[in-house]
Amino acid sequence: MDVTTAIPISRLIDSRGLADLYDALVEEGYHVIGPTVQDGAIVLRELSSAAELPFGWGVRLEPGGYRLRRRDDTAAFGHSAGPQSWKRFLHPPRERLWSATRTDDGFELDQAGDDEPPRYAFLGVRPCDLRAIAVQDRVLAHPGSRYAARRARLFVIAVNCTEPGETCFCASMGTGPGVRDPGYDLALTELVDDGGHRFLVEVGSQQGLDIMWQVRTKRADEATVGRARSAVDAAAGRMGRQMQADGLRDLMADSHQAARWNDVAARCLSCGNCTMACPTCFCTTVEDTTDLTGEHAERWQLWDSCYDLDFSYLTGKHGGSVRSSAKSRYRQWLTHKLGTWHDQFGESGCVGCGRCIVWCPTGIDLTEEVKALRTERAQRFGPEEQL
Amino acid sequence: MTAAQQRAVPAAASTPEPMWPARYVVAGRRHETHDTVSLMLRPVGNPIEPPLPGQFTMLYAYGVGEVPISVSGVGRSHELLQTIYMAGAVTRALCAAAPGDMIGVRGPFGTGWPLSAAEGRDLLVVAGSIGLAPLRQAVLTALAHRASYNRVVLLVGARSPDRLLFARELDTWRRRGADVRVTVYAAHADWKGDVGTVAGLIDKVVRDPARTVAFVCCAEIVMRFTARELLVRGVAAENILVSLERNMKCGTALCGHCQLGPLLLCRDGPVVTYAEAAPLAAKKEL
Repeated sequence: MDVTTAIPISRLIDSRGLADLYDALVEEGYHVIGPTVQDGAIVLRELSSAAELPFGWGVRLEPGGYRLRRRDDTAAFGHSAGPQSWKRFLHPPRERLWSATRTDDGFELDQAGDDEPPRYAFLGVRPCDLRAIAVQDRVLAHPGSRYAARRARLFVIAVNCTEPGETCFCASMGTGPGVRDPGYDLALTELVDDGGHRFLVEVGSQQGLDIMWQVRTKRADEATVGRARSAVDAAAGRMGRQMQADGLRDLMADSHQAARWNDVAARCLSCGNCTMACPTCFCTTVEDTTDLTGEHAERWQLWDSCYDLDFSYLTGKHGGSVRSSAKSRYRQWLTHKLGTWHDQFGESGCVGCGRCIVWCPTGIDLTEEVKALRTERAQRFGPEEQL
Repeated sequence: MTAAQQRAVPAAASTPEPMWPARYVVAGRRHETHDTVSLMLRPVGNPIEPPLPGQFTMLYAYGVGEVPISVSGVGRSHELLQTIYMAGAVTRALCAAAPGDMIGVRGPFGTGWPLSAAEGRDLLVVAGSIGLAPLRQAVLTALAHRASYNRVVLLVGARSPDRLLFARELDTWRRRGADVRVTVYAAHADWKGDVGTVAGLIDKVVRDPARTVAFVCCAEIVMRFTARELLVRGVAAENILVSLERNMKCGTALCGHCQLGPLLLCRDGPVVTYAEAAPLAAKKEL
């Protein structure tokens, strides 16, 4: 955590305080988005009350597997990443870019696209996902853009992670389990123990401080603060996965010809689930439509996936898809995420949330693929020190 | 200063909503070949920023869709000359547009040809087929300041003589001081020009490799052969500029479609030095 931007105030709230916080945010005009149980998963959607949080629910994760489980406590944030990420609110899956009406001289753009962007309060942003939002900011938050407008209105309640999942590796990627970045208004650490069910609240912004005046709180005693810190520290040692982050950019650049891509291509279905579940994947396409009369035309932006054969399609005499093999499309995804993202945006595109492992129907685990690529490079070129 | 350092990089798009097309009408239209049409577009209301030679725009046919098209010329009143090869539904709709029809225009996008890097040197322009479209404005700009360059050489390749773009203009360019050579893959017996690819002509025109800057736009395979010929004769990779093609969709480096390794070509290209392009072009399915 960047302590210079945090306001050095720590308070304790209980589930009543959490309800106060929800009410205060709604009172301020925020749509409060948070995790809740729906259709056998913990999804992110607008909450109608703090009671909708998944109290007492956890998850069991494996490559290609996700199951809810009952916890033996009442923790609301005792689960790791679900199928969705916050990008679906800041960078929606479908968005109308403009609409136009046919006129005598051609067409005219309708000016109705200027709707006031929604004010979201995200309740329960994990440190990995807080970094993912920052990663998408680098790509999408251009001044004047809709993304930037939604982002500027966002209120973030981060929740430090004390319960990493079987596929988590945020500690390897340097994004968690405690918040490492500024950009949150409040940060909670949940404790369920002999001291009861409570949340340590740290304030990260003036807006966060303003909201806290409307919440019933208690002073945070040093013992509780210490327990919260230890719980987060302990989580770092309980990651289900690890990935050596050093040198990934070079590894990817060196591995274009690796035989491992053939191996992964035999398992990859090119379904694009990993790109949809990934909290940083940002690619989009557009769709142009008209109504039946032809008087009204629209352009929509939709999430797209580099696994789609059409993604790299070129027309013309020398046309066709640049990446026609499944191998080249998996390679593009992983190489972009871990390698060329550094060239384009100065950081890694991977935050270690593990969603791509869980939601891959064939259980492809990028931490395993990276290990295999490292081994293969070492066999080809010798140990890394000699490179 | 190398051409790489001088590569024309435009200022960031100033409109707050780069996804909104500006309205233009078709003011003129001519068939270049049986499958290629040039449109002269005149702005209705605010025009886009003046494109640099080598930049492209996204052209929108109402209700059909949008495609990237390079800019072949810019008029005094912000008219755009854009040359479109019929390849799919949108380009067919654009090519079918009649005078008075409205077209949406976004842009300009991407990097342009670094003409200043060629000042005082030999400028060698190499164009294959539709590749002359993004180079036309560069040729015209160089000829408008003819004295600033040493030799201005244009190599044009086409499948056959009836597939030449801007065929009527080539003689004008010759009169204005360009050494224009045309080569075709196949021709009837009455053809007096060269036969073969543009790469085969490089040998005849490079005289002072250390003081030559080349602008190349043609099919990727021909580009590689052309660049190899230039390199063999001693033209530095930094002074060989190529225009690359990938699936440009948004023009603003936001949609991810035009990635070529580390590059987002709609922003970092289409014009890049061969020093940058060579290692990327060598990787299959990158």
